[in-house]
Amino acid sequence: MIEHGKIEKNIGLMLVLTLIAISIGGLVEIVPLFFLKGTVEDVKNADGIKMVRPYSPLEQRGRDIYIREGCYLCHSQMIRPFRDESMRYGHYSLAAESQYDHPFQWGSKRTGPDLARVGKKYSNEWQVQHLIAPRSMVPESVMPNYPWLLTALDTSDVADRMKALRMTGVPYSANKAEHDNNVKEFGADVAKQLHIPDARKNLIEQAQTGKYDGNAADVTEMDALVAYLQVLGTMVDFSKLDNDSFVKFR
Amino acid sequence: MSQGNSQESNVQTTGHVWDGDLQEFNNPLPAWWLWSFYATIIFSVVYWVAYPAWPLGDSFTKGITTITYKNDKGVEKTTHWSTRALLMKDLQDARESQKKYFDMVAATPYEQFAKNPELSNFVASAGKVVFADNCAACHQSGGQGKMAFAPNLTDDDWLYGGTHDKIQASITNGRHGIMPAKGGADLNEGEIESLANYVLSLSGEKMDAAKIAVGDELFHGKGLCIACHGADAKGNQDIGSANLTDKIWLWADVPAQGSADKKVAAVKAVITSGLNKGVMPAQNGRLSADQIKLLTVYVHDVLGGGSKK
Repeated sequence: MIEHGKIEKNIGLMLVLTLIAISIGGLVEIVPLFFLKGTVEDVKNADGIKMVRPYSPLEQRGRDIYIREGCYLCHSQMIRPFRDESMRYGHYSLAAESQYDHPFQWGSKRTGPDLARVGKKYSNEWQVQHLIAPRSMVPESVMPNYPWLLTALDTSDVADRMKALRMTGVPYSANKAEHDNNVKEFGADVAKQLHIPDARKNLIEQAQTGKYDGNAADVTEMDALVAYLQVLGTMVDFSKLDNDSFVKFR
Repeated sequence: MSQGNSQESNVQTTGHVWDGDLQEFNNPLPAWWLWSFYATIIFSVVYWVAYPAWPLGDSFTKGITTITYKNDKGVEKTTHWSTRALLMKDLQDARESQKKYFDMVAATPYEQFAKNPELSNFVASAGKVVFADNCAACHQSGGQGKMAFAPNLTDDDWLYGGTHDKIQASITNGRHGIMPAKGGADLNEGEIESLANYVLSLSGEKMDAAKIAVGDELFHGKGLCIACHGADAKGNQDIGSANLTDKIWLWADVPAQGSADKKVAAVKAVITSGLNKGVMPAQNGRLSADQIKLLTVYVHDVLGGGSKK
């Protein structure tokens, strides 16, 4: 046993012991989750294809803009398993649904509504008009206007951004072997979108065919952000899954 | 410090002495605090036993508390306490308490709703909540719609039909209204001007007689307008083309324009660029069949715009 007086008179030793004492709480609560089976639920279609996929290049750029504009300061993306939340927003969020989010956008403060299942709830036209001038659609809204989103999207670095995410474990493919593995995991259509060498081409194609901002000719930040918003919470098809199957994970 | 020393008290010190005379009092914690602390420790042990608590490798202690709920197939299941099972039970209990009404909603034919005051009250209050969450963003909180965006649901004018069945179809499958630029015809600036004059005259606006005559001819001929809007310009609810004769405007904000010139400009803009933004998302999959039926009755009966035919 170290003498009381020794610790109090040795600031370096006291610092180390303090750090150990206060880190125990965090270690005990967080570390076991990395070892528990089912912390991240395995949601698959009947054919074994994973329902939750990484974002396409356009959606990923939209997510970057979502973060740049600070949307997370007012909007959470986490529907908690409570009656009031599931009645208003839909099925509670699964851990699996944010497994490719780095960083996740769960949030803890709602000035605006939760956006975890906003995808497909409104038309693209509504999203565009609402982002440009929220009060023109919802008179009582306090959301700021984002008219500058109609400017051209910088697509030059999208491959680099995907490479960075790949390092954190998102399965974007850099070579043929990884691409083939993605075909097995996510199906051919999704695997094509996850291939880093084709990122810029895929991004422009999705923006032009999707016409998220109502205009096929250009690729704007609006295209990217609306594409991202429209995919939120839509990857898991709950009608094909038994709700019961999620209970055992908690 | 000499003054401090002079105020000797009966409180014990910890026994530590610094700089020869600096000492530390040892005041014991109040008994109420100490016992509360012990009580929380005992509570935590009870909690560990009752609820999921300790990690054990790739699993965890489940606790002895259980929740009984029905799964999606209606089979009763009992499991360890979990927020997800608790939610399923909560939703089932809530459903049970509203079952009487939802059973009535499911069993009642559309035209019988108004004859049952209790059911009408339920539709008015429950329908309002579902409408506010899912419809009001576009159609606005009172269903009054939004100029150049979403139609008014409280008037008698319906693009796709105002019967219960048509409203239900619109909500379930969504709608996407399209008008090709210049109606898909080859029209020059002057011809579009004449068409705009003619279209405005259909709803009683005083327009230039010569331009109306030219517009009339174009409308029924080269402009191809009758293909969708019909020879009488009253629209076709099967394809959602607008009735142009009823003074109700959705895409060209005619009522807000002060002068005839500005009204013409507003109609011209729509003819020139066409329309492709009248998109209503399908609610099938987002909302349950009961909720869609509730909304149908709410829109038809409570907002008051529904029609019989």
